[in-house]
Amino acid sequence: MINPQKVELVCPAGSLPALRAAVDNGADCVYVGFRDQTNARNFAGLNFDDRALSEGIRYAHAAAAQVFVALNTYPQSANWPKWTRAVDRAADLGVDAAIMADPGLMAYAARTHRQLRLHLSVQGSATNHEAINFYHEHFDIRRAVLPRVLAMPQIRHVIAHTPVQIEVFGFGGLCVMVEGRCALSAYATGVSPNSDGACSPAKAVRWEQTSRGMEVRLNNVLIDRFAQGERAGYPTLCKGRFDVDEKSYYAFEEPASLNALELLPELVRTGVRAIKIEGRQRSPAYVAEVTRIWRQALDGCLADLDGFQVQSAWMSALSRLSEGHSYTLGAYDRPWK
Amino acid sequence: MSTPRLSLGPLQYYWPRARVTAFYEQMAQVPLDVIYLGETVCARRHELRAADWLALADDLASSGKQIVLSTQVLLESEADVKALRQLADNGRYLVEANDMGAVRLLQRRTSFVAGASLNVFNGESLRLLAGLGAMRWVVAPEIGAERLAAIQTERPAGVQTEVFAYGRLPLAYSARCFTARHFKLQKDVCEFRCIGFEDGLRLRTREGDPFLVLNGIQTQSDRVQNLIDELPSIQKIGVDMLRLTPQARHMCQIVHLYRGVLDGAICASQALIEMRELMPAERCNGFWHGKPGLLQQAA
Repeated sequence: MINPQKVELVCPAGSLPALRAAVDNGADCVYVGFRDQTNARNFAGLNFDDRALSEGIRYAHAAAAQVFVALNTYPQSANWPKWTRAVDRAADLGVDAAIMADPGLMAYAARTHRQLRLHLSVQGSATNHEAINFYHEHFDIRRAVLPRVLAMPQIRHVIAHTPVQIEVFGFGGLCVMVEGRCALSAYATGVSPNSDGACSPAKAVRWEQTSRGMEVRLNNVLIDRFAQGERAGYPTLCKGRFDVDEKSYYAFEEPASLNALELLPELVRTGVRAIKIEGRQRSPAYVAEVTRIWRQALDGCLADLDGFQVQSAWMSALSRLSEGHSYTLGAYDRPWK
Repeated sequence: MSTPRLSLGPLQYYWPRARVTAFYEQMAQVPLDVIYLGETVCARRHELRAADWLALADDLASSGKQIVLSTQVLLESEADVKALRQLADNGRYLVEANDMGAVRLLQRRTSFVAGASLNVFNGESLRLLAGLGAMRWVVAPEIGAERLAAIQTERPAGVQTEVFAYGRLPLAYSARCFTARHFKLQKDVCEFRCIGFEDGLRLRTREGDPFLVLNGIQTQSDRVQNLIDELPSIQKIGVDMLRLTPQARHMCQIVHLYRGVLDGAICASQALIEMRELMPAERCNGFWHGKPGLLQQAA
C-alpha cells in the first residue's frame, strides 16, 4: 500500500481552555461556536466571544493547528442579520473554515467572503454525492461532514463521486436520527436543533423521585423511569424508554456513544480526509484525553496501516470517560442492519 | 386573499398494493387539486415499484388533478440515487425534491417543488431554490405562522407556498428501522412488518400517554396536526396550498370537510366536531403557534 494521504483530527472546544487542551494534545483542527444560537451547541456558559476566539486562533495557529467555526443552524428571516454578522465576524477574525448548513447563509458567505473556506455541516443532512456536489457547485464547499447514518461501503461510494473532502465522526455522542431532519425536540419542547441550536434542553428537564422510581420528564413528557440502582442518563428524547405494544424498551436506541477507533484503518483506506470528535459541551480534561488517544491512534494508523492495532489502554481510557456508557460502531458497522 | 388549493401529500405508510390502488381510486373522486405520489420513507418497500407509481400517476392524471412525484427523503445507497434519477428524468410529471441531491438533478432543467426536508428557513434560501426552478415550496412543519409570515415577505414572485395542514407530523428520519427493531429484526430482513400497521405503530410514554408513531425509519407525531380552524391566519400570510397527509381511514371525509370549510359551505368549528370521529388521534397545532408541536392552542 502506498502512503495514505493526510487525515486530519478535528476536535471540539466549548471554551478557550478546551481549545488549548485540544491543540496541546495534537488536534489538527479545533471547531468552536459563538455564544448564541448560530451553532448547534447553544448551551449556557459554553462557546466563544470575539476576544476568546481571536486568542484561540492565535494559539492554534502558533502550533500550526486550524480553527473552524460552526455556524450550522438555520437562520430565520426575522433574525437573519445575527447569522450574517456571525459569518462576518468569523471571516474577519481569520478562521480557517466556517461549517454551515443553511443554503441561504452559504450563498451569503460565498458572495461576501470569497476567501472564507466553507464546510458543509452534518446539520446539512447531505448523505449522497449528488447533494454534496450541489453544495460544491453553488458555494464551492471544500469539505462535507457526513451524517452518522452511512455504512462504510456507502461512505466509500460518496468519496469516489465527489471532489469534496469527506469528514466523518469518530467518537462521542451519537444522533440516532439524520441530523438536520429531526424535529423531535421541537415537537416536545419547542426548542429546535435546526433553529435554536439545542436538543432536549436542560431547562425543560424535570427529575422526580416517585414510588414508581426516579422519573425524568422533558416539558412534562415522561422520557424514562429508573429503578433503584439503575443508571439514570440525561433524557435526550431519542434515548428514552417508551412503551410500544405494551413492551417497555429503548424504542430508538440504547444510550451509547460512538467509538470508531477500531475502524480507523478502514476509514483511512476509504479516503476519509478528517475524523471528527464530538463534544463541544465536554470539559477541557475530556477533550485533552480523547484528543491525546486519537492522536496516538491516528499517527500509528497512518504510519502502519496494515499493522495497526487498537491498544487496550486506549479503549479502557475512553471507556472511563464515557461515564458508564457503552460504545457502538454506529451506522458504520450496522449491527442492526 | 385567494382561497388556498388542496393537495394530498405522499402516502407515508406501507400498505398492500391493492389497498394503495383502491385508496387512490377514491382520491381521484374527491375535490383535491394536487396529488403527490411515491415512496418517500423506505427504499425497501416494494408493493409498488417506480414503474407502478408512474402508471398510477397516469391513471390519476386523467382526473384533472396535478400529479407530483415525491422523492425519498433519506438517500443512502447508489440504488437510492439511481431511483432518484429515474424520477427526475420521468419527463411527464412535476417532481417534489426532498433532498438537495434531487434538487441537483432537477435544477435549471425543469421546475420542481422544494420539499419540506430541504429546510428552507429564510428568504435567501427560498430565492436560491426559486432561481434554480422551484415553483412551489413546502414549509417545514416546525416553522410557525409568525416565522412563515416573515419569509413570505421575501418570497420571489410566482413561487407558491404549501403548508402541512393535516396529518401526523413527520418528525424524524433515521438509518435505523424502528418497526424492525420493535420485532427484534434486522433491517435487511425486516419481513416488511410495517405493512401490518396501516397508520404506523404507536409509541406511548411509560405512563401510557400516546406520544409518537413508529413508521419504519420515520418517526411521526402521535397527534394529528390539524389547521382547519386556522384559515384566517393561513390566508392572511398568502399560503397557496394546504397539504393533507393520507391516513388509513376516512380520508375522503377529511378532504370533503377541508373543501367545505375553504368554500365557506361549513364552518371550521362544525368541521372539527365532525372530524373528532375521523382522526386517528387527538389534534395539535403548537408548531403553527410557535410552541411545542404537540400542544393544542386556541386558534
